[in-house]
Parts: sequence; C-alpha cells; structure tokens
Amino acid sequence: MTAVTPAPPSTASAPAPADSAPPSRSGGRSRLRAAVGFAFGAALLFAVAPLALSDFRLALLAKYLCVAMVAVGIGIAWGRGGMLTLGQGVFFGLGGYAMAMHLKLADAGPGGMPDFMQLYGQLDELPVWWRPFASPWFALPATVLLPMAFAFGLGSLVFRRRVRGAYFAILSQALAAALVILLIGQQGTTGGTNGLTDIQGFFGYDLDDPVNQRTVYFIIAGVLLALLALARQLIHSRYGELLVAVRDSEERVRFLGYDPASVKLVAYVVAAGMAGLAGALFVPAVGIISPALIGIVPSIEFVIGVAVGGRATLLGPVLGAVAVAWARTALSERFPGTWTYLQGLLFVVVVAFLPGGLAALWALARRRDVGEEQSRRGWSALGRRRAERAEVPTA
Amino acid sequence: MSLLWGRRILAGAMTLVAAAAMTACGSKTSDEGGTAGVTADVSGDTVKVGLLNSLSGTMAISEVTVRDSIMLAVEEINAAGGVLGKKIQPVGEDGASDWPTFAEKAEKLLSEDRVAAVFGCWTSASRKAVKPVFEKNKALLFYPVQYEGLEQSPYIFYTGATTNQQIVPGLDYLKAQGTKSIYLVGSDYVFPRTANKIIKAYAAANGMTVVGEDYAPLGSTEFGTIVNKVKSSGANAVFNTLNGDSNVAFFKEYKSAGLTAAAMPVVSVSIAEEEVKSIGTQYLEGQLTAWNYYQTTPGAANSKFVAAYKAKYGADKPTSDPMEAAYVSVYLWKAMVEKAGSFDVEKVRGASDGITFDAPEGLVTVDGKTQHIAKTARIGKIGADGLITEVWNSGKPVAPDPYLKTYPWASGLS
Repeated sequence: MTAVTPAPPSTASAPAPADSAPPSRSGGRSRLRAAVGFAFGAALLFAVAPLALSDFRLALLAKYLCVAMVAVGIGIAWGRGGMLTLGQGVFFGLGGYAMAMHLKLADAGPGGMPDFMQLYGQLDELPVWWRPFASPWFALPATVLLPMAFAFGLGSLVFRRRVRGAYFAILSQALAAALVILLIGQQGTTGGTNGLTDIQGFFGYDLDDPVNQRTVYFIIAGVLLALLALARQLIHSRYGELLVAVRDSEERVRFLGYDPASVKLVAYVVAAGMAGLAGALFVPAVGIISPALIGIVPSIEFVIGVAVGGRATLLGPVLGAVAVAWARTALSERFPGTWTYLQGLLFVVVVAFLPGGLAALWALARRRDVGEEQSRRGWSALGRRRAERAEVPTA
Repeated sequence: MSLLWGRRILAGAMTLVAAAAMTACGSKTSDEGGTAGVTADVSGDTVKVGLLNSLSGTMAISEVTVRDSIMLAVEEINAAGGVLGKKIQPVGEDGASDWPTFAEKAEKLLSEDRVAAVFGCWTSASRKAVKPVFEKNKALLFYPVQYEGLEQSPYIFYTGATTNQQIVPGLDYLKAQGTKSIYLVGSDYVFPRTANKIIKAYAAANGMTVVGEDYAPLGSTEFGTIVNKVKSSGANAVFNTLNGDSNVAFFKEYKSAGLTAAAMPVVSVSIAEEEVKSIGTQYLEGQLTAWNYYQTTPGAANSKFVAAYKAKYGADKPTSDPMEAAYVSVYLWKAMVEKAGSFDVEKVRGASDGITFDAPEGLVTVDGKTQHIAKTARIGKIGADGLITEVWNSGKPVAPDPYLKTYPWASGLS
C-alpha cells in the first residue's frame, strides 16, 4: 500500500513547503503511480484481507479502517493545514450517534422506542430531536452533514478570530469533553455512559450474520479508498497548495490577498465530514457508540495514529492509524498485563527517532541511494536528518 | 496516456468494490431462526474459560482483584480434579476500562479461543457492550458485580446483587433507624442514576424525603460544593453511589466539613474492604455499607476462602464482595456443568435452576428464571481496623427481583 505515496521522492518525509510540488511537474507519472497504488490497496482490502483473515479478524480490520478514515481527515487538517485537531472525537461521535439513533429506531420498528429509553428515561414517547432520525433519508446525510455543519459554525468563529496553535487544540479538547458530559447527563435519551448498544440490524440486514458483517467491511473498505482518492485530489489541487502555504506562513498568505480563515475552514470541515462518516460506519461494524469513544482520550488517540504514520503524507495517517490500532490489539492479546507499557514505548520510539512518522521510513529508504551520492559531496546523512527535523513545524 | 490508464485501473477497482458488495447478501433482520452461535472447544483434556477484566485503565484497581479471585477458584477446582474430568485452562484478556474493547475481547475469546464460559466485566457499560456479543454467539458470561438491575439476558448469569438485594435492604435499614430525609450523591453514570431513580421511588412510598441529588463525573475529586450542599441540607443520612477515586475526595471533604457518621451517616454501595484501605479508615470509621459479603462474614466456607486468598496473594490483601461473587461464579458454573453432564450452553442453562453452593457469603441459590442468585443482604459498619462488621442482615437469602416486580412502589420504574 505504500506505493501510493503522492509526493515526489525528494520531499516525502517532513512537511516542508516543497512537499506538494505543483502537479504539473511530475503529474503524469505521479498520477499513474497513484492509480497503481490505489488498485494495489483495493486488491489488498478486497481480495487478500477477506481471504486471509477470519470473520473476527476481518471485523477488527473494519474497525481499524474506520479509525483510518478519521486519520485521513486529520492528515488534511493537521498535516497539511497545521490545525492540531485534538477534538475529532466530537465529529466521530456526531456521525456515530446519528447512525446509531437511526439503527436503534429501525430495530424498534415503526412507532417503537429504543429499549433503554423505557429503562432509564421512562419516556412515553420519542423525544422530538430523535424523530427525524427514523428516516434514513434524514439520518444518512446527517451523519456527514451534521459534523460538517458543526465544524463550519465553530470554524467560522474560531479562524476568523485567528485562534490557532495550542489555543485551538485546547478548544478542540474542551468541546470533546463538553459533548461527553452532555451525553452522560442525558441518560434517559442518550443511553448515558452505556451509549447506544445492542444494534441488531443494518438497513434490514441482520448484523449477527457473518455474511452481512463481511458486507459492512466491504463498504467500509470502499469508503476509505474513496476518501483517500478525494484527499489526494484535494492535496494536489491549487487549494492544497494554498493550505500548505497557510500552514507554513499564514501572514504571508494574507498579504498575498487570500483569506487564510476560509482556507483553513474548508480543511477543517472536510476533516469533520470524514470523521462523521467514520463514526457512522463504525456503528454497524462494532455495534456500539458510547461517550467513551468520543471523549478526550480517543480524540488524542486518533491524532497519535496520524503522528505515528506521518501526518503530512497521504497514506501515512492511514497506515499509522491501522498500525496503532492493530498493535493495541496484538499487544494486549499477547501481554494482557503489560501491553500499555509496550504501547507507550512504541510511541516514544517513533516520536523520538522518526518525527516524520512511519512514512519517513519509506522516504529514508528511498533517499539512501540519493544520499550516498550527496554525502560524497560533503553532506552528512545525520546533518540532513537534523535539518529535516527542524523543518517540522510546531502545531 | 497514463491518465487514461489510471482511470481504467480506478474503474476496475470500483467495479470490484461494487461486485463484492453485491454478492454478499446475508440474512435479513426479519428472517427467523438467527445464527447458530459458536460451540466451545472441549475436545482435549482441558476446557478453556475466558477471564475478561480491566487490567489497565481506571477500573484496573478493582478488576484485578476480581481476576485474582477467579484464578483462585480455577486453581482450587483444577487441584480437585477439574470439571467433568477436564482441567480448566484460563485465557485472560484485558478489557482496558474501555467498553468497545470489552466487546472486541469477548468476541475474540468466543470465536478464536472458543471458551466454554467467560467470567468478568465490572461496570454496567462494559456489560451492556458485551451483552450482544454473548447473545449473538449464544455463549455464557458470569457477571460478578452488584448492578442496577433492569436486565435479564438469557446468556448472562448475574452473581452479584441486583437492586432488591443491596439498595432496597440498605433503604429498609435506614428507614428502621428512623431516617426521614436522605441526600443522594453519585458518580455520573448509569448505575448511580438508575439506583437513585429507584431510591426516589422508594422514598416517595415510604415517607422519606430526598432533599438533594448530585452527580460528579467519574474520577472527579472536587467535592467542596457538593459537601456544602449536603451539610446545609440537614439530611438524616447520605446515600452514596460514588465509584472509585471520587470516594477518597468525598470522604476527606466530608470529614473536614465537620460531618460525622454519628450525626449524618453515609451508606455506600461501592465501598468494599479494598476501597476502605485506599480511602483511609480515619475518614470512614463508623460509616455504613450495603453488600452481601464481608471479609468478616462468619462461617467455615469464608474462613477457608479468606485463608486461601491471603496465602496466595499476601496477608495484607483483603477480600471483598465482588471478589467473592467472582469466586462463587466459577463454582456455580462447575456445578451447572456437572448437573448438565455437558459443557453445552443450552444444557448448562437448563440445569442452572436450583443449583446451590455453600459460598463464603452463606448459601446461595441460582434462580433459573432470572439467572440471578438468591443471596443474603448485609449492612455493615466500617471499623477502625479497616474491616467491615455486619450490623444487620436479611436473615435469609433474598430472592432476586431484577425488575422489582414484587415491590408495588416500583411499578412505574420499568
């Protein structure tokens, strides 16, 4: 899958300004490479994985791919746009809850109410704000549009006021915390800490059936590939150039006559939409959405996956998210008592030695050939790596 | 040219996606019958069971002691010859205090390890998360912690107390002591909120007034405001459903505000011997707890359990109600399997009714209909030595009533 590295060889690791060269320079070749990589990824997800993995492992992979969708969005907003979105759990949650509410209502049947409402809420009828979710024509678009609308409203306020850096990150975190407190407090209508669980059907199909679980996996894999294609288009467009420019020097872009706030807003809204879609697909794949999935800690975990993978590349976030989620499962199965230490160690190692993330490994390997030639000209490999590290902008 | 190629490959991939999605058409929700479920692997001379507890995260401090107790029971049973001649092989997984992780690990234990039964879970949220997994796979979970009731899954055995075996007796005791007004303090999650709903219904029917109700987020240590409200409310007693670390902060604040067990006792339902140790007896002495078991509960079965636990894990390790319920759950499963003569889940369920066990807490009986167990309610007072001594008990085991159907005041609750 690493074949879809979009950036030209010289700049794949650190988000240096030259990172996204104008498409014209190597357009044709890069496009072919992307298409081949895309086909390779599709073959891996659609043929190899279903054949090689048991139903259980495939379901786990579906879950990881949902996390990877959030990562694609963070890659755009943070890696390209420099906005450290530490609150993607909010959008993931909005999408997830919208989907889960619809599926719970579908399970309950026409005129029915989800089981927990009678248990915890003693409600006689469905709350008004639940009602529209009974219709798939409302609920499905809502899983994406609701997070996007929310991000738009928030982003308009925040970016216009030039809130950025740590303040933006803290604000994102606060929102995640606020949404969790709200959901837990409204136990009668939201399921509280339990969240929405025990989801039986997915548009009429029984989710207990392994065949249907497999279909859900295929949908998720397809959506992830589509999102990657979309992200690639975005990164390689004129807008993508502008976004990187805003990240690296917002003031200069402003002096050039562009409005950095709108540029950032678009990336933020797109990332939110991707997180919402991921949340919506997470629900049929895992069968649960709860405040524990959308609060501060999971929001940070989304970002960790992206950082591990390499935030400024197209595939880095996806690979990082899947790798981190997979490592979590594998380590905790093998070492149930001590896996958290191993996971922590892994993060430290990556951040300390591979600041560009796993994607930097790829670039490093490719550059070794170039590097040898360069070191003959007096460049030390170490010095170059230091220089790269210095180029990583602080968020 | 290359662009064209790219498009072609893209189109090919998309067709593949569509084809894959089209061919896979499984059963509809409307179909009858449902899935077959997994069967446990009992072909060898061992039988695997799953242990599903949080070994990391906020719940680890409590759940590790439950894991230890289950391991103790497993070792004892193996030393005595196993179950149906097979040695029990425990497979441990970490729920990591994270509810979807619990669901993932439950699925792994059932479909990859093919265990015959799973023991574990603590919080209601983790139980709710794994419930569909066990129902889908038609496999058994033994849940060892007191909980908020209002549940009865055919694939879960509840060996901790339901509300009428813990909270209702606690209220009965307060009422008998002449308590007229109570203040409710709890952590903000499902168990306290549901428990308080039940308490309010009880109070309304029994001439008590609830003078206040406050929730703190799980893990919160900020109790100045709540304790001030409690103090100025003038309540006769406090009903405490706080969980975990919050209790430390709450009781420190309670004492420094000058409130005492004599003047305004606190009845806690989540503080057992282990927690007493970490909160500090100086803050808790004289306060009340409602459980079904204490380390000091008399009887030969308990002396044996306490001695075995201390011998294995250290003399300073206390035993508590959830630990005992977890220990008992393994023995109950063994008794059910032996009565059924099979590890088959449906046969085990069928054999469950009327199974008794001489547990450390006294005689317990499985109610096959609700899959809860009848157990004696016990109110205890925390002593200066950190142990809890019983001040009242229900005299005989209380039949489980998870939906409180036999209590007229609770008719509006479920």
